[in-house]
Amino acid sequence: MFRYYLDLAMRSLMRNKVLTALMVVAIALGIGASMTTLTVLHVLSGDPLPGVSGSLFYPQVDPRDMDGYDASKPLPEQVTWIDGMNLLHARRADRQALMTGGAVPIQPAQSGIEPFYSDARYTTSDFFPMFRVPFLYGHGWNPSDDESRARVVVITRSLNDKLFGGKDSTGQTLRMKDTAFRVIGVLDSWRPNPHFYDVNTGRYSNSEDVFVPLGASRDAHLDHDGSTDCWGTGGGDEEHAETEPCVWLQFWVQLDSPDKVAAYREFLTHYSQEQKALGRFARPVKVGLPGLMEWMDINKVVPGDVRLQTWLAFGFLLVCLVNTIGLMLAKFLRRAGELGVRRALGASKREVFAQLMVESAVIGLAGGLGGLLLAFGGLWLVRRQPSDYASLAHLDPTMLLATFVLAIGATLLAGLLPAWRACQIAPALQLKSQ
Amino acid sequence: MDILPILSTLRRHKITAFLVIIEIALTCAIVCNAVFIINQRLDRMNMQSGVDEHRLLHIELADIGVTKDQKARMLEDLAALRQIPGVVDVASVNEVPFGRSSSNSGIKLDLKQNQPTLNATLYSGENLRRAFGAQLVAGRDLQSDEFVDFDDVVRAAAAKDMKSLPHAVVITESMAQRMWPGQSALGKQFYLADFPITVVGVVKELVRPSIWDDNARSYSLVLPMREYRGEYVLRTASPQNNERVLAAALAKLKEINPHRVVLKKHSFDDLRYDFFQNDRAMAGLLIGVCVALLVVTSLGIVGLGSFWVAQRRRQIGVRRALGATRRNILNYFQTENFLLATIGIALGMVLAYGINLLLMTHYELPRLPAIYFPVGALLLWTIGQLAVLGPAMRAAAVPPVVATRSV
Repeated sequence: MFRYYLDLAMRSLMRNKVLTALMVVAIALGIGASMTTLTVLHVLSGDPLPGVSGSLFYPQVDPRDMDGYDASKPLPEQVTWIDGMNLLHARRADRQALMTGGAVPIQPAQSGIEPFYSDARYTTSDFFPMFRVPFLYGHGWNPSDDESRARVVVITRSLNDKLFGGKDSTGQTLRMKDTAFRVIGVLDSWRPNPHFYDVNTGRYSNSEDVFVPLGASRDAHLDHDGSTDCWGTGGGDEEHAETEPCVWLQFWVQLDSPDKVAAYREFLTHYSQEQKALGRFARPVKVGLPGLMEWMDINKVVPGDVRLQTWLAFGFLLVCLVNTIGLMLAKFLRRAGELGVRRALGASKREVFAQLMVESAVIGLAGGLGGLLLAFGGLWLVRRQPSDYASLAHLDPTMLLATFVLAIGATLLAGLLPAWRACQIAPALQLKSQ
Repeated sequence: MDILPILSTLRRHKITAFLVIIEIALTCAIVCNAVFIINQRLDRMNMQSGVDEHRLLHIELADIGVTKDQKARMLEDLAALRQIPGVVDVASVNEVPFGRSSSNSGIKLDLKQNQPTLNATLYSGENLRRAFGAQLVAGRDLQSDEFVDFDDVVRAAAAKDMKSLPHAVVITESMAQRMWPGQSALGKQFYLADFPITVVGVVKELVRPSIWDDNARSYSLVLPMREYRGEYVLRTASPQNNERVLAAALAKLKEINPHRVVLKKHSFDDLRYDFFQNDRAMAGLLIGVCVALLVVTSLGIVGLGSFWVAQRRRQIGVRRALGATRRNILNYFQTENFLLATIGIALGMVLAYGINLLLMTHYELPRLPAIYFPVGALLLWTIGQLAVLGPAMRAAAVPPVVATRSV
């Protein structure tokens, strides 16, 4: 029966090519626009570390003075050197890392390459195991290297390709800002999206090319990049950043069970109370321990424009669907005579309905295919945009499937009313008018 | 033209008529809001910066190693840059309009205030105002004996040594208006990071390097502080010289000290172009969607119009046989479309207003100006009439003889 309906549908669609084309184009435009924006939204609001992000948390304490205090305002987005170091050394979490961003001048040993600046991350050792960073060669550094401020460096695969021709460069020397660092590891391709561990240095940017122990970065006077927020006498003096009343570091912890999360929250509260007793903290005690995805929401990482575009595209799809409902209704009612004959010959309402729904599904499929092509085109346009997320806009299998589900589902939905309406036709009336 | 027969016909095609109305209403609502957002973005892109953009160049350098004597090197750089033919003015600065990287601080009128009055960006660098070409509208420029070195300021602030801190400041007109509405700002005092400072001059406009809030975009102040971080601004004699001067400047800087890397080198025109890239992309996308929406809607009207005409061929023939002119038939379909469009537009206006309210709460958009309503209505009426013209002419062409034929 299905094949017969399919045959009927094809005949009917071929009979009025202009109307069919109009419907397919409308669906394709709507689907194409929706899938383009939905894919961008899907990519941007994705989980940067699937399977791991659930156990990563971002502790927040408030070391600011009472000036500008407002209980309803959010906690500082970063930590001071003193708090970061205290929390790091307390080792109350399964893993913990203190970090900040920067830029370093790289002086290649080869005479052929001019010195250049690279983005860098200054961090403590747990960064690599905690974020499951994959290594191509070598490994990260140990907590003892953090303590001894060892002059070691981990570089990315792309930088290794540029400087060492892709060969295993562990043990080689890399000169940065007139200081020699020993390469101990080369990362495999790694680009978590969003750039969750520091949203101030590009929200969807590539990972940094150079990773240096936090202590060593201070010794070598490597420049700090990203947000620095000061209060009181703080002026953001780079040389004395360890003691300045400024927040400029990110602190991440890994907590493997809900009990540990509760215990860590407790620990942060105790820590704040202790610091208050010592006179370092002034404000009423308030701590934060958002999970990774929650922290992304708090920071509104997904650009507002992208959300707006998604709403807009769905509005557009709605108009396209209303348009299709109207055209289908016109088409089905025009065939009232034919349908009347079928009904008179014994086809039940249900069978006529099924036949018309098959016809809608065919339009949906064609519209979905067209929409897919348009979505590829749309994403190609998005990739040519200047934003830092542009290069991420690719259709993945999930979205590919979603396109067809959306297209056929939407068209079937659009076909419901016209098909139902067409089924109501009294066969006798139609036959009479013939 | 008699409207009653049209209404009674439409009553017999409720669903189809309803669909046309809904489609027009949705299109009207979306297009009104989209065009509004497009205009907002275009306004933003044309934002005044207050500096002589077409004649300004920006160069940022970074040392490869740890350098001593940065101040002496900066003076050497500036002296050399001044010698380049076509250079009118130079300055070593800390930040530039649309440059994105900025230093900001809370400003208080009274030390006892808990919350700052406003947040302003801190421009600094000797000769910065003149090099930028920012127009002074009141008071005077910062004088060279008022300038202090950046390092000394940091040291003095940490030691709370008031005497070595800058005492004079130049602010923008909009900041002055916000702090002392209706009064002259000259001679007034405010607190910057709890240190008092006196306004000696006011510039017409000087936009911030990065803009989070469009209302606060011109809250800028210029401090008498010398900068030597390797960020230079050059003003050229004419825009035609820009490229040549930039190349000459880079060559000169490289010659003075090859042990450094050029981080940025561009004209201010490029800086502005980059800064508004997202706005430009968004406006382009919205224009595309609006055009697509209007095309889909008009095609829908064409499709349904054709269907109606085909369905009513016999009735049209009867009317023609009974004496209706071609013009009568044409007018009938045009009036019908006008009626549907009018209802759709009315609904669309309400919807547009609702969407605007939503956008106001979620995307901090201002209220939709009233002018959009009549303009949007006119646009949709026109499109409706154009779309229905084809089917209506076909209807008018139906010969009266059709009435005598059975289908």
